[in-house]
Amino acid sequence: MAEQKAYTKPLPFIDGATGEFYEFCKKHELRFQRCTKCGTWRHVPRDMCAECGSWDWEWAKSSGRGKLFTWTVVTRAMHPEFTEEVPYAVCLVELEEGPRLVSRVVDVPPQDLRYQMPVQVIFDAVTPEVTLPRFRRISG
Amino acid sequence: MDSLKDQICVVGIGETPYWRLKEPDGTNLSIQLKACEAAIAEAGLKNKDIDCILPIEGVAHAEEIAVNLGIPDLRYQATVRIAAAAPGAHIMVGGMAIHAGICNYALIPLGWYGFSGAIRVRKVLAANPMVFSGGPTARDFYYPQGMNVPPQWFSFMARYHMNKYGTTREQLGAVAVAFRKHAQLNPHALMYGKPMTMADYLGCRMISDPYSLYDCSLECDGAGALVVTTVERARDLKQKPVYLMGFGQGQPFPADDLSNRADFLEMGVTKAAPRAFAMAGITHKDIDFAQLYDAFSFQVIEQIEEMGFCKRGEGGPFVEGGRIEIGGELPINTHGGLMSEGHVMGINHLIEAVRQLRGEAGDHQVKDAEIGLVTGFGDFMDGSVVILRK
Repeated sequence: MAEQKAYTKPLPFIDGATGEFYEFCKKHELRFQRCTKCGTWRHVPRDMCAECGSWDWEWAKSSGRGKLFTWTVVTRAMHPEFTEEVPYAVCLVELEEGPRLVSRVVDVPPQDLRYQMPVQVIFDAVTPEVTLPRFRRISG
Repeated sequence: MDSLKDQICVVGIGETPYWRLKEPDGTNLSIQLKACEAAIAEAGLKNKDIDCILPIEGVAHAEEIAVNLGIPDLRYQATVRIAAAAPGAHIMVGGMAIHAGICNYALIPLGWYGFSGAIRVRKVLAANPMVFSGGPTARDFYYPQGMNVPPQWFSFMARYHMNKYGTTREQLGAVAVAFRKHAQLNPHALMYGKPMTMADYLGCRMISDPYSLYDCSLECDGAGALVVTTVERARDLKQKPVYLMGFGQGQPFPADDLSNRADFLEMGVTKAAPRAFAMAGITHKDIDFAQLYDAFSFQVIEQIEEMGFCKRGEGGPFVEGGRIEIGGELPINTHGGLMSEGHVMGINHLIEAVRQLRGEAGDHQVKDAEIGLVTGFGDFMDGSVVILRK
């Protein structure tokens, strides 16, 4: 087996509610905070519901289905760790439940991306500690 | 309530040359001190007359500016934490403090070695990938996916607008070409003597598609400063005073995450502009020119729409046909802007507005300019809008 190259790209801080979000990703579950008082979904993690002011929330499971909301095709990596990947598209996916996630669509070349393209979450274990949510195209 | 309208004047402006040096020939502090000295002298004041300093976050502290200028009794200082939307906000904060009798003369410096200094993106990111703003949201949810710098963040909005409203690269190009044209009239501009056609624009290499190099502002080494005081004090000073008519500040919601806004195109200026127009008691038709914070081409179109100069979706056609050029209906960035004069975080937009209203803008003077509007935006689009008159 080829020797695994150390993963040197930036990683999230696995801490607090953000840490919990990524712990669910490790278990291949996409979950967002949902207010248990008014039912509003939210991302990124917050202490309070901006809609109703409640402190009560749960980790609600997302279907993982969404649509491509917007994207940018990086052709010059400003961060040196992404140099070998260019060109790559950073995508903003709007999930069915409402929250949007900055991510990647892994199986579509940048030039074939389309506004509102349906996508489904997949999980990419980039290190033993961190799994990032990514997306693949689905028909629909 | 007592309004600040017509109570506060800009009485001095100063700036260094705008360069792209091989190595910094000073520090972010020293380059700002040079602009401060120039602005104070231009106003006809002495360093000791300054009793309020309003520096922007991250490039200098009021204390070190005061000690170098020999200001033993600084009555007031503040920094509004909205990044490059701050210089406009600092006119307001300084104006409020002066109007309240807290201090008399406010100094607003801003500058950096944005090209030759440690800011060179790749070098700095290699040493410390967290150097760019965005806070924990960017660190935990953008950076790991390969979205690390402003041209990537803000091209999200450009692509969205293109998909939704049919805005074209030629329309983004109309912004870049107009500003480059203005820079040909301004010897102070970094791109003076370097004209650019639409064909040049369209042939440029991509950075973060739909943004090419020519959609991005121009990193540069430079600094500027303003001096602000009351109308009464302004009468005794050297320069024609320029009056603050209106001000507004605003932030999109949520301010710390550009990906989950209910209204994806909302900017700080969306909220700030109506407040500035209301304070000034004027409408869009009264604006003779605008200096808009042009970190990137599409954000100029976005601000035009968000401030209500046209409807949302109509900003692309709005910038075509010379409308935003000198001689057009709404000349924008008459000095060349951040994209063709240089990225000095917008202090140059305020300085240019003052020159226009004094009638001292030389070859890039807008005829009969009486009222001008200046925006700033920073971080994930915190915004300020300043309306000035002669």
